[in-house]
Amino acid sequence: MDRALIPQGLKRCSLPVFGLWTLVLLIVIGWGVFAGGVVLLKAMNVTGLNDYFGFGAYITADLAIIALGAGAFFSGFLYYGLSRFFPALKELGKIINLAVVVGFVCYTGALAVLVLEIGQPLRGWFGYWHANVHSMLTEVIFCISCYAIVLIIEYVPIILENRKLGEVKPLNVFGHSMHDIMAIFALTGTFLSFFHQGSLGGVAGVLFARPYAYRTGLFIWPWTFFLFILSAIASGPAFTALICRAIEKVSNKKVVDRSVYELIGKIEGVLLSVYIILKIADTAYWGFFQSPRLGLKLGDFYWGPYGIWLLIAEIGICGVLPAIILLSPAGRKSNFLLFGAFLLDIAGVSLNRFVMTIPAIAAPVMPFDKWHVYIPTLYETAPILAMLAYCVLIISLSYRYLPLFPREKELNRT
Amino acid sequence: MVIDLDKCTGCGACSVACQAENNVSFREDESIKLRSIAWMSLFQLNNGSNYPDYKYAILPRPCMHCDSPHHAPCTFVCPVNATTRDENNGIVTHIYPRCIGCRYCIVACPYHARSFNWWDPKWPEPMESMLSPDVSTRMRGVVEKCTFCHHRLLKARSKAYVDGTDPDKAIYTPACADACPAKAIVFGNLRDPHSEAGKLSKDPNAFQLLKKLGTEPKVYYISTQDWIKKLSDNAVTQKS
Repeated sequence: MDRALIPQGLKRCSLPVFGLWTLVLLIVIGWGVFAGGVVLLKAMNVTGLNDYFGFGAYITADLAIIALGAGAFFSGFLYYGLSRFFPALKELGKIINLAVVVGFVCYTGALAVLVLEIGQPLRGWFGYWHANVHSMLTEVIFCISCYAIVLIIEYVPIILENRKLGEVKPLNVFGHSMHDIMAIFALTGTFLSFFHQGSLGGVAGVLFARPYAYRTGLFIWPWTFFLFILSAIASGPAFTALICRAIEKVSNKKVVDRSVYELIGKIEGVLLSVYIILKIADTAYWGFFQSPRLGLKLGDFYWGPYGIWLLIAEIGICGVLPAIILLSPAGRKSNFLLFGAFLLDIAGVSLNRFVMTIPAIAAPVMPFDKWHVYIPTLYETAPILAMLAYCVLIISLSYRYLPLFPREKELNRT
Repeated sequence: MVIDLDKCTGCGACSVACQAENNVSFREDESIKLRSIAWMSLFQLNNGSNYPDYKYAILPRPCMHCDSPHHAPCTFVCPVNATTRDENNGIVTHIYPRCIGCRYCIVACPYHARSFNWWDPKWPEPMESMLSPDVSTRMRGVVEKCTFCHHRLLKARSKAYVDGTDPDKAIYTPACADACPAKAIVFGNLRDPHSEAGKLSKDPNAFQLLKKLGTEPKVYYISTQDWIKKLSDNAVTQKS
């Protein structure tokens, strides 16, 4: 039965090996589901959150995973939207299916964790019913749920490409018809995703009484809105490429041409450079102009574990360095440098989401207030690990049973 | 509201009265202060000097009911309109059955004036029967905060209506101001230049907490001591 589901002409590991791998992932998922259940049943007092740290690990993980899931919408935008003007972008068609799956798991995983984050999960739907149009969180709620639906729609035709499902004619016709209109969904997804990546930045940027997070605005949004979009598209495709590379390493097969990685490297290099220049400008303005007006110095924002190392790591090591590597042709030619730069890139953006969430609220605002340190509990880390395990599980299943990579057969002919 | 820090003895009566008046729940073990629910918190300030120059003061901190244009920091971010500012009287209220517990308002408030219900509220027998019938208790998973005893305003308005006077001119006092033995807390209409609170807010020694942030708190503090004023705002601290 298992063999019959594997795409024709492709080799996969034996069922017992895959079963063992799945079992490990299911154990992690089970652990996280149990921890999540305890949070729902016993309330949030089992977490490390308190009245000082209203946001913690859940929000950080959600922001990071959603930024990294941006590969789906941005690759879709480049492939379906811009490739007719720039034919070189057609190369992305070789990885677009994986990008959709990665986006799907990142968004659905983030939504699951979000349920744990709110104190009254049964009232989650109030966000649609009693929407406050001024709140960035409202924009996030609407756009994320709409985009998750778009990702489901984009994922369905990939599932229908399964060998056995494809034998069912109505499903086959339905899948192909959906493929034909996929550009519309990809561009709808692009529109939605641009907005919510931005509004996630706005979540921090509009906190006008929190000098660490607050930024003044462009148009009707704080400029963190635009920085978050830019950082997401500067890291999402790199994350997809890194997962693709991990699949190659684990399966010991080539699944895409190397030119795809190099193209992604070039695109990410340009985007990351633009982002990091703007981020440096933002940091300089925030640290040397905006904050002094509020009576604060740059040094006031860094203390103890939330020290200046965060700034150096985020902008220098995980920003400037990978940008230089990705911009240089020699850097893109070397596997070590290329994938190392991708790794630094995604670490930098994840670190940015952490900084804008936890140290941003750890910094005291009242002069007589004190710094506090937030330590997450297992009830926070377990569901996050489970979300990651869920992502790996869906990607593993998709790789095993769906023709994710159109060039895999040709590349592995012996 | 105007709080005279020179008069405040730090007795905590305001906080206790607030707790009783507003059915603020508590736990047997309140050792984790960052999870204690307190609508009126007391902060201990000191001038940072050693004996014999050491000085200290107590700063009671209710919700500031920020008057910033357009929105208060918390009302601006609430995704479900659970916390809103009544533009007629300026009171920032919280609708508990609508709150989804996202805690975005807690993050937005620089005064730490908001508390989350980390546990189900419970009162030991026979305290449950002594709860105020005018204030709803809060369920776990929602945020709560000082309402300037909004229920007392509603009562005062109802009484004014029954008495045939203008409900909009109804006067009331929150529990904290009532309980203060030193009369350090004065409550009234800041926009009325003839009210005591309105006059005191114009006192040369009056100041607001974190004025530079533009939150425009409706709670003023008074102190003749410069070191306390310096502690009100980072901008003031640096300038001096």
